[in-house]
Amino acid sequence: MAELTFREAVAAGIAQEMERDTTVYFIGEDVAAAGGVFKATVGLLDRFGAERVRDTPISEQAIVGAAMGAAMTGLRPIVEIMFSDFLATCWDMIANQVAKTRYMTDGQVSLPLVIRTANGGGSRFGAQHSQSLENWAMAVPGLKVVAPSTPADAKGLLAAAIRDPDPVLFFEQKSLYGIRGEVPDGEHVDSLGTARVLRSGKDCTIVALAAMVPRAMAAAAELDGIGINAIVVDVRCLVPLDTRTILGEVSKTGRLFTVEENPRLCGWGAEIASIVAEECFDDLDGPIVRITTPHVPLPAAQSMEDEAMPTVARIVDTVKGAMR
Amino acid sequence: MKARTNEASAAVASIDEKTRLRLYQVMVELRDFEQRAYELFVENLIRGTSHLALGQEAIAAGCAVAMRNDDYTFCTYRGHGHTLARGASMAAAIGELLGRSNGMLHGKGGSMHLTDVTHGAMGSYAIVGAHLPIAAGAAWSAQARKSGQVAVCFFGDGTTNIGAFHEALNLAVVWKLPVVFVCENNRYMEYTPIESVTAVAHPAADRAAAYGLEPILVDGNDADVMYETAARTIGHARSGGGPSLVEALTYRHGGHSRGDPASYRPKEEVSDWLSRDPVKQYRQRLASTGIDDGTLTKIEEASRRKVDVATDEARKAPPARIEDIESQVWSDGGSAWRN
Repeated sequence: MAELTFREAVAAGIAQEMERDTTVYFIGEDVAAAGGVFKATVGLLDRFGAERVRDTPISEQAIVGAAMGAAMTGLRPIVEIMFSDFLATCWDMIANQVAKTRYMTDGQVSLPLVIRTANGGGSRFGAQHSQSLENWAMAVPGLKVVAPSTPADAKGLLAAAIRDPDPVLFFEQKSLYGIRGEVPDGEHVDSLGTARVLRSGKDCTIVALAAMVPRAMAAAAELDGIGINAIVVDVRCLVPLDTRTILGEVSKTGRLFTVEENPRLCGWGAEIASIVAEECFDDLDGPIVRITTPHVPLPAAQSMEDEAMPTVARIVDTVKGAMR
Repeated sequence: MKARTNEASAAVASIDEKTRLRLYQVMVELRDFEQRAYELFVENLIRGTSHLALGQEAIAAGCAVAMRNDDYTFCTYRGHGHTLARGASMAAAIGELLGRSNGMLHGKGGSMHLTDVTHGAMGSYAIVGAHLPIAAGAAWSAQARKSGQVAVCFFGDGTTNIGAFHEALNLAVVWKLPVVFVCENNRYMEYTPIESVTAVAHPAADRAAAYGLEPILVDGNDADVMYETAARTIGHARSGGGPSLVEALTYRHGGHSRGDPASYRPKEEVSDWLSRDPVKQYRQRLASTGIDDGTLTKIEEASRRKVDVATDEARKAPPARIEDIESQVWSDGGSAWRN
């Protein structure tokens, strides 16, 4: 096992798949010569050459559209949209074209493509460079949606996304790029649609995604100290959603808390809460509680942004309050 | 800027008779198909909307006949003709318009999304401008695979004012992609005269220079001119010369869509363009070059029979299957989003 940063693991995942499959191409703004503004694609240009690793103009519609046209005619493109906020500039391509064309043509075309994007807050960038937008993608039939929380998952799930025959939106939380973690040596390919139970417990089940996972883990450790023993589940993939694992882990404790970086309304936790309420209502011992960013655009100032996003302290307080 | 005309190009004169008869046949079939689609509307058999290309047949025919079998066509919601011109099944097209199980997309797409990838018809796109970057992507793939294929992308004059048009052109030029962008300037952006909402007189041709491209303005109602223009620009793309942007002047005989009687167009303008009907004027040209009337009549009768047979087949087909509602979201054939 080698220790890699999250950003190194992303590059390693792309490299692993480009090495294995010559139809994998990678394009985006500043991704080749500059190695990406978040340095998550350093070294790929040198290793795979300018034919397969290409800088694009600031043209998000052209980037995603080109990937779609290439995917439907024999390539497996990976594109980078620098900030997930910029998905709004090419949402027609993603939501109307990429997501729907297979269905509308009744399977005449396949679209094996991956849209990677830097997501989420914590960088003091303000509301147009900090959104956590995985729930936008989750709302559109025809898109698979992945958001890893560790370097190992970044590499393994990215490899799985690249090999997947359908379009995948791959969210990389900006606040995680610098974290380090063990990544398996050699080829590492994970499975989409699988949640992971990170710790077991008996009192409550905390379900978290991406950057909220380490916060949920830290909160669970604190809660242990006051006698509340929490399960933590890393959702990892919103579509397909591993409801089996989530329902099973909620049934064990009878209490569900979701920790979501997205603003309140229609966050992924709402869908999970709905599924749990419908399918294991009798196992619940109390209300489902969602811990989210308030329903506001994310503010820029450190003091405000830190408090707006779910903090370890807020998770602890919310769980403690609800479990009394 | 003056449109290139038949007389303007020596290359046009050298088009052989077989190709010309093929051009005529395709145009007649597209005309008959769209007429039938209109009749089926009137019968109230087609629900939703539909955008007919009556009057614009020379562009679809000229380009399709000049394309290689494995080249790619990308078109708009006004795409029946472009799809059929590549050889897609007429019965499947009518079936799709009628929402029948024999439909080209088994009822999932409808009139605005006809697609037949087995014939290189890579889709009809109903969000204005979206398919220009997608066509560029198919051209990028052809370039990467060194397949020699070319993508031909058709769109209306209104598309030249949307961002995707400019993003796609820029990328195609920068990457020297084998793609031909064909603007079908039918003078109206839906209901609005294009010149009243566009900064330049020729919405595509006047923008070509901004991307370092030759301005190409042609008579889109002349099948020979369209064939020659397509052959030249496609050949340029195939030989590694990069993209072209063609503006073809034409006219919709009808309104924008099913519900539009097009009463906003001046009568004299309509009658002027009707006198330049691409199908009728091509028939006259073929007759004047010595092709006997019997040959042309045979093509016309065969086309009418083909449309009749296709209509019968589609009418007899059962409605699109409700069992298919949840199929083909994913490559495994299903739509599961959870376990």
